Amino acid sequence: MAEQVQTLSTKHLLGIKDLTIRDIELIFETADTFKDVLNRPIKKVPSLRDITIANIFFENSTRTRLSFELAQKRLSADVVNFSASSSSVSKGETLIDTVNNILAMKVDMVVMRHPYAGAGVFLSKHINAQIINAGDGAHEHPTQALLDAFSIREKYGEVNGKKVAIIGDVLHSRVALSNILCLHKLGAEVMVCGPTTLIPKYIQTLGVKVEHDLLKALNWCDIANMLRIQLERQEIKYFPSLREYSMMYGLNKQILNSLNKEITVMHPGPINRGVEITSDVADSKQSIILDQVENGVAIRMAVLYLLANQRN
Amino acid sequence: MQNLILLDGKKFQITIQRLCHQLIENHDHFTNSVIIGIQPRGVFLAQRITEELRKVLPKANIQNGNLDITFFRDDFRRKEGLLLPSSTEIDFIIEGKKVILVDDVLWTGRTIRAALDAIQSFGRPEKVELLVLVDRRYSRHLPIEADYIGIKVDTFNSQKVIVSWKETDQEDKVTLLSER
Repeated sequence: MAEQVQTLSTKHLLGIKDLTIRDIELIFETADTFKDVLNRPIKKVPSLRDITIANIFFENSTRTRLSFELAQKRLSADVVNFSASSSSVSKGETLIDTVNNILAMKVDMVVMRHPYAGAGVFLSKHINAQIINAGDGAHEHPTQALLDAFSIREKYGEVNGKKVAIIGDVLHSRVALSNILCLHKLGAEVMVCGPTTLIPKYIQTLGVKVEHDLLKALNWCDIANMLRIQLERQEIKYFPSLREYSMMYGLNKQILNSLNKEITVMHPGPINRGVEITSDVADSKQSIILDQVENGVAIRMAVLYLLANQRN
Repeated sequence: MQNLILLDGKKFQITIQRLCHQLIENHDHFTNSVIIGIQPRGVFLAQRITEELRKVLPKANIQNGNLDITFFRDDFRRKEGLLLPSSTEIDFIIEGKKVILVDDVLWTGRTIRAALDAIQSFGRPEKVELLVLVDRRYSRHLPIEADYIGIKVDTFNSQKVIVSWKETDQEDKVTLLSER
């Protein structure tokens, strides 16, 4: 029988850092089939019917949480949801205690978002369940990076050789770091662009280009990934005003039309319309923002499916 | 390993043709019937059957698709490794149709069980039939039987039945492999 037997090299998905190129390809190939499943009249398969997954969100989220939950339900897993604001965390319970209590209810997998970098790694060392990182502080957001790269692959056929500019609040962005790692593994070139205050020092050591002029960055790239200004993480002022930021780094139709080529516009969401991107750009045909959301479910199904198989 | 050829050459061709004629007996011009090969190995047989049928019934519109059953298997996480899913290509409506599922070898019946589950995602067929090239008798784990059978063989569990195709393996044949 010519059946290919393959598995991921990791038991948890904590960051893109731990994935091999082959892992990423395997996730993409699996996501292709799940995308197919999502276009069927009945969008559900029974693969994970004996698995229980807890979605633990210590930070707000709409898209990621909804996307994970849909992916889990499409795979027939049992799902419990938990958000910190309405839980005993506000009564002083520690992370390990909270999660151990949830695990005592026989949960196999934990999808976690946490405001501190490394929370997922910490948990994976102390807890007997598979951890999927749905964002830890300004560190990593692996499924977002995977779905971004998957969307680029879908649009261009491959990621290799593409030029991607990540524009905006790189300093506070976990999407940026995961994207840089993922795109580099797949052979793309990456540039980060933003005001000096929002570009981390020494980011060049990751092998990315740094540019402070929006127009130059747009002229260089094939794909522009616009990041949101994360005001909730900014304890000090990084720029004089949102209006000024938007004048210098906001993407509008005028700039887009002034380029001598057609670039693709991406955004991990949520969009601040009129700040980093104007409505006419976000809704234009160059924007693949909604494709990213659609692909998110397929990518998360692939990740859950492949990780579930790692359990022994 | 000891190899025993169960079917090849002219006899292989005759068997395929007989299966086609049995299908025609029950489905006339295939106006309300579709042929679906089960991934990965059933698609070659489904393709061959469709080609033969098109030769015999040049005017008929015979629809052929592939069905992947990976996500419907009952051994997920119960065995080593992971089977990579193949593509599902069903570009027609199954609701109310007579579906002929095609696979190369019928053994435990578990694949067919998964296929019956998987096909439901596309609608409610009027009827589902099963066509196999090789029936490994007396080895079923489930109450599943085929409607059209190429050859029946008696085998041990330790043996393997391999169907090779001209398109991928140079030669049409069915081989029985036994551990010595």
